[in-house]
Amino acid sequence: MPVIRAADLVKTYGDFDAVAGIAFEVEPGESFGLLGPNGAGKSTTMRMIGGTLLRTAGVLEVLGLDPETHGPEVRASLGVVPQQDNLDEELRARDNLIVYGRYFGLPLSYLKPKADELLEFAQLTEKANAKVSALSGGMKRRLTIARGLVNEPRVLLLDEPTTGLDPQARHILWDRLFRLKEQGVTLVVTTHFMDEAEQLCDRLIVMDHGAIVAEGSPQDLIRRYSSREVVELRFGSDRNAAVAGELRALVDRSEVLPDRVLLYADDGEALLETINRRGLNPLTSLVRRSSLEDVFLRLTGRSLVD
Amino acid sequence: MTRPITTGSSVDHVDAARRGRVLGWWFFAEGRLLRERPFLGVTIATAVGNPVLYLVAMGVGLGALVQQPVDGVSYLHFVAPGLVVSTVATTGAGWGTWPIMGGFKWERTYLAAAATAITPVQIALGELVALGLRLLVQAAVFWAIGLAFGAWPLASAWWVVPIGAAAGLAFFAPLAAYSATLEDEGIQFNFINRLIVMPMFLFAGTFFPLTAMPPFLQWIGWISPMWHGTQLARIASYGMANEPLPTLGHAAFLAACIAGGMAVAARTFSRRMEKAS
Ligand SMILES: Nc1ncnc2c1ncn2[C@@H]1O[C@H](COP(=O)(O)OP(=O)(O)OP(=O)(O)O)[C@@H](O)[C@H]1O
Ligand SMILES: [Mg+2]
Repeated sequence: MPVIRAADLVKTYGDFDAVAGIAFEVEPGESFGLLGPNGAGKSTTMRMIGGTLLRTAGVLEVLGLDPETHGPEVRASLGVVPQQDNLDEELRARDNLIVYGRYFGLPLSYLKPKADELLEFAQLTEKANAKVSALSGGMKRRLTIARGLVNEPRVLLLDEPTTGLDPQARHILWDRLFRLKEQGVTLVVTTHFMDEAEQLCDRLIVMDHGAIVAEGSPQDLIRRYSSREVVELRFGSDRNAAVAGELRALVDRSEVLPDRVLLYADDGEALLETINRRGLNPLTSLVRRSSLEDVFLRLTGRSLVD
Repeated sequence: MTRPITTGSSVDHVDAARRGRVLGWWFFAEGRLLRERPFLGVTIATAVGNPVLYLVAMGVGLGALVQQPVDGVSYLHFVAPGLVVSTVATTGAGWGTWPIMGGFKWERTYLAAAATAITPVQIALGELVALGLRLLVQAAVFWAIGLAFGAWPLASAWWVVPIGAAAGLAFFAPLAAYSATLEDEGIQFNFINRLIVMPMFLFAGTFFPLTAMPPFLQWIGWISPMWHGTQLARIASYGMANEPLPTLGHAAFLAACIAGGMAVAARTFSRRMEKAS
C-alpha cells in the first residue's frame, strides 16, 4: 500500500487553481521530491498532505487515511518542516522541542533526552538555553528541522529544508535523511536546489502552475528531457544574443540565459570543436554532463533560481 | 551528528493519536503554560502588586472618604469582591486579543501546533483551559492578600476565586473567537478596549452599585460579564441581598458567555488555520 496516494487533487483559491488536479503515489521508504518554480503549488500540496489545508476536490490518502477526517491519526506519524519557520521565539531552543513534543502527548521522560539528542544533531547543543529570537536564520532552520523529528515520524515532510543552511549543515542534514531512509522513513521533499534533488530523491515530480509536468527518477528525467552533455558558453552579455542564432542551427536544443548560452548535445567536445572552428570565440566554455537543472529549464522554461 | 539515530519504534504513533484525540486540549494547555514561564517574574509581581495597590487605594484610601455603609457593609467589604473580579476579568480580556492574533499571525505558534496530533478546536479549548488555570492562581493570590486586609466578612468568600476566573473566561472566549478572524494589524483591539471592555468595566458596579447609574444605561452592566461576576462575588463574600437576578442567573450568564464564545471560537480557529499558511 502506498504511504501517500493523491488522485485528481485540487486546491482552489477563489477562481485560481493553486493545485490543478494532480495524481501521484509515494511508496513506503521512498524519498519523493516535489520540484517546481515559485508558486507551482508545492507547499500547497505539502499542507494538504498534513491535513492543515483542506483540499477543494480529489482523493488524498496518507498512511491509508484521509488527513482531513483523520488529522490526529495521520499527523501523529508525520514530521513536518514548514517552508516558513514557526518556532516559538519567546522560548529557549530546548524548550521549543519539548513543548512541541508535548503536543504529541509524549512524556517528559522521553522528551528530555530526545531534545538533547536532537539539539546535538542540529549542532545547537551550546544554544540549548538560548532564546530562539537570539538564533541566526540558519540555526532557526536547523531547530525547525530537529523539531520535525521529535515524534520519530514515519513520514517526513520537508518543505525547502535546506534554504538558509550553510554547506556543512546541508551535508549533515543529507546524511541524517539518508539514515532515516535506511530505517524505513518515507521522505517528501521540496527544494530549489537541483543537486539536492539529485542527491536525495529516488523519484520526483516536476510541477508548474499547479500541474505535474514530469515524473520519474532524476536519471530518468535527465535521459528523457535532456541530452547527455551540455556545452556552456559565455560571450559577454551583449554578444550572447547575437551569436545565439548561429549556435541554434548547430543543435536540436539551446537555452539563451542572460549570462550564458547552453547547447545540448550528446558529444559536447565535438560540438565545442565545431564552434571554435567557426571562429565564434566564446570568452569561456565548459562541457559538462546534463543535470536536473537542464530538465527543469526545459520543462518550466525558467531557471530555478529566479 | 555523532550519535546513532534511534529508530521510529520507540514512539507509538497509534497511541499518540488516540491520546491526542482525547487529551489534545490538555497537551496544548500545558505547552501554553510552559510558554508563560519567561514572564513568570512579571506575572507574579503583578498578581501580588495589583491587589495590594487596589486594596490600599480603594479599600483603605477611598474607604476613608466613604464613611457610611454601602449596601449595608463597609466600603472595603463592598469593593473587594468587585476588585477581584475586575482585575481577573481584565487579564482574561487581554488574553483574548493580541495573543490570539499573534498565534496565527506573528509568533504563528498555532500553525506549529496544528501540524501535530492536535486539532484547531483543541487549540482553542487549550487556550481556555490554560487561561482558566492562570486566572485561578491570580484570583487566589488576590483572595489571600484580601484576607490580610480583612476584606472578607464571610468564610464563603473563597468563592471569589472561581467566580473571578469564570468572569475572565467569559470575556476571553468571545474575544478569542473574534480575534481569530482578524487578519490585519489588530487596530480593532483599540476600539474593543475603549468601546466594549472599558464601558463593561465602568458599569460593572465595582466601585458603586449599578443601581446608582441612570436606569437607561444600566443595561450595559447587565450584558457585562464583569457585573455578573461582581454580583456573584458579593453574594459569596458578604451575603449581598436584594438581588434582582438569582445567583443561578448570574452563573448561567457567565457559563453562556464561555460556552457560546467557545462554540464560535471552534469555528473561527478552524477557518483561520486554513487561511494562515
Ligand atoms: N492563502 C492563499 N490565498 C490565495 N492564494 C494562495 C494562498 N496560498 C497560496 N496561494 C497561491 O497558490 C499558488 C501556489 O502556492 P505555493 O505556496 O503552493 O507555491 P510553491 O510551489 O510552494 O512556491 P515556492 O517555491 O515559492 O514556495 C501561488 O500562486 C500562491 O499565490
Ligand atoms: Mg513553497
